[in-house]
Amino acid sequence: MKLRRSMMFVPGNNPGMIKDAGIYGADCIMFDLEDSVAYTEKDTARFLVYNALTTLDYGDTELVVRINDLSTGLGIKDLEAIVRAQPDVIRLPKTETAQDVIDCEREIERIEREAGIPVGKTGMMAAIESAEGVLNAQAIAKSSKRLIGIALGAEDYVTDLKTTRSDGTELFFARGMILNAARAAGIDALDTVFSDINNEEGFIAEATVIKKMGFSGKSIINPRQIEPLHKVFMPSEKDLKKAQAIMDAIAEANARGSGVASLKGKMIDKPVVLRAQYLLELARMANRESWEA
Amino acid sequence: MELNRIIHINEIAQNGAFDETKALIYKGSMGNHEKMLSSIREAIEKTGLKDGMTISFHHHFRNGDYIVNMVMDEIAKMGIKGLTVAASSLASCHAPLIEHIKNGVIKHIETSGMRGELAEQVSRGLMEFPVVFRSHGGRAAAIERGELHIDVAFLGAPSCDPMGNANGYNRDEENATMCGSLGYAKVDAQYADKVVILTDHVVPYPNTPSGIPAIQVDYIVPVQNIGDPAGIMSGATRYTKNPKELLIAKTAAQVIEHSGCFYDGFSMQMGSGGASLATARFLREKMEQENIHAHFALGGITGQIVEMHEAGLIDKILDVQSFDLIAANSLKNNRFHTQIDGRFYAGYDNGGCAVNALDFVVLSALEIDTEFNVNVLTGSDGVIRGAIGGHPDTAAGAKMSVVVAPLTRGRIPTVVKKVNTVVTPGAVVDVVVTEQGIAVNPRRQDLIDRLTAEGFKLNTIEELREKAEKTVGAPEPIKYLDRVVGVVLYRDNTVIDVIRQIDET
Repeated sequence: MKLRRSMMFVPGNNPGMIKDAGIYGADCIMFDLEDSVAYTEKDTARFLVYNALTTLDYGDTELVVRINDLSTGLGIKDLEAIVRAQPDVIRLPKTETAQDVIDCEREIERIEREAGIPVGKTGMMAAIESAEGVLNAQAIAKSSKRLIGIALGAEDYVTDLKTTRSDGTELFFARGMILNAARAAGIDALDTVFSDINNEEGFIAEATVIKKMGFSGKSIINPRQIEPLHKVFMPSEKDLKKAQAIMDAIAEANARGSGVASLKGKMIDKPVVLRAQYLLELARMANRESWEA
Repeated sequence: MELNRIIHINEIAQNGAFDETKALIYKGSMGNHEKMLSSIREAIEKTGLKDGMTISFHHHFRNGDYIVNMVMDEIAKMGIKGLTVAASSLASCHAPLIEHIKNGVIKHIETSGMRGELAEQVSRGLMEFPVVFRSHGGRAAAIERGELHIDVAFLGAPSCDPMGNANGYNRDEENATMCGSLGYAKVDAQYADKVVILTDHVVPYPNTPSGIPAIQVDYIVPVQNIGDPAGIMSGATRYTKNPKELLIAKTAAQVIEHSGCFYDGFSMQMGSGGASLATARFLREKMEQENIHAHFALGGITGQIVEMHEAGLIDKILDVQSFDLIAANSLKNNRFHTQIDGRFYAGYDNGGCAVNALDFVVLSALEIDTEFNVNVLTGSDGVIRGAIGGHPDTAAGAKMSVVVAPLTRGRIPTVVKKVNTVVTPGAVVDVVVTEQGIAVNPRRQDLIDRLTAEGFKLNTIEELREKAEKTVGAPEPIKYLDRVVGVVLYRDNTVIDVIRQIDET
């Protein structure tokens, strides 16, 4: 299982942040070549991120690069460089339709062939940032085997809806739609950023909501958001004990050679096992303290 | 009375018989007001300051200090030359000393540190006589042993009574200038031949408890301003919000927690750097969780340490230097917050210095090399830009010394093959904590074993160096000339390194 509780944005033209991005324990680092990079800095960012990916050691952190929209002409330049640096995932911005993903995938595949990279090695994720995109979420989520997840980009989305970010009311539909589309396609769903980094209380409240909804994780913009976010995703002691008991019962049944396990007289179903496994893995990851990273 | 008929009288009473005339002269005339002078010039004249003598200053006013420049300007006007200035430290605001050096008023400087334009020019060969850099403990010991003899000490004080009882705070007025502890000045007051207090606030006798007692003071000069309050200290030292420093601090706190030095009744010192200060915050959480408290905190004291004391987590505070107004006010009002002098703090040979009772100290560094030597004095360009402070004293005294630093700063590696300037020898540095890994000095196999058993993944210092070099590359070596511009003394005042003039050709 790959945990994607935290996907940390790092502006692609900031060498200091790129250099240190790996030390804070984020599950994924997302190097940005798009909106956080000024037009005059686009080349710089592309070269910097390419060199970071091919030089620096980020351990087992998942590495994602957000490219520019293919329609801008910058997107293709980004792909030419970044696919060759072999990050785990290319993140496509402003995805409106399944065709956007397919178009991007075609380019990735071509570059993989040219560069001698096994075809299909580069993962993809699609950020949905408009009303059109949200309505097409289901098709987008199923448009490519490379997709590891879809994400909500709320800033553009609320502008499109003619509203603003507030208590989350404005995102009810988009969150529900994207989450269900992702889960129906068997991939991850990632929530949008919370920009006020000094409002830890508000951040935790929002993270709690999306965790309850079923999101895999959230995009973040500052390392200080990692710890509170991971705490929200940390299962309770009671849930962990129960999960452990379930896994123990399964192990015990396997040892007996029995395919049917039960706990306190109740048969254990497959979804229960999956949930227990997920909880224990979450806890294991969350318990990793910084010196072990 | 014929005294000489009393057997052994010369051994019993060496001052002869009572004399009523003398008694009448003395009555009242030993009074306080003779110490009060009207100008700095008058004080300089009365102390008998002559060419070639040594004068001293303290650095409790940090970058807000007016005393050094004020006194030196007056001395220069009087035509006195060839002085040694032995300050406990110097800051950027002391750039006017450059002119006095060029004009021959100052021949030699002894200090803990130097910054700004003065440091830039010294590094480029301003002085014929090399600057001597001592640690706070080394300076105190040198003064005590007579290796550094002070003819006249000019000591700024935020309050002083007419007899000379001086303090780093003021009980009469809430908003007056304050610096808290006068720890480093106390040594000068005790050992200098003549002591002049410069104050902006004369208060009624007795200004007790006093930082500097009247019996050590010869003259008092009231002046308009002793310093710029904003440059002397801030209201409250804030914890860093820098995520990298917080990560380093958190890791350092974890190391301390599992080091064997974290037990009920421990003792600690935190440096004033962002990461070392923040370590206190994470330790506090652990102390509260595990119901552990400290017997004392030592050193440069910040509001955070005071708050921990007030929350019952630290029994006593030993304060040689106060870093913010919260600390200064606590020193003023709390009898368990004690003002200590530089010898009590760190004098290496007096048998009772407080650093020797430390369980651990958290220190910062500009550079650390693969021998664990630490540089806190010269920058990556070879220019002097720091201060030794109590770094080697506390590292040597504490059971465990923890150095916290980012692995790289911008494009400059912190962990290197060889530091520019050895200030604290690797022999007394135990643990290095960076955001990219922890290295324990191989001399401390006990700590390596303990931390490894606790699940820490330790790096060797060489691994950290390689990591730094892989990230930012190896810097070009700094070019130096042969000429020595600074001599660095270890805490026992032996020469540990020299600083050479940078070669800019």
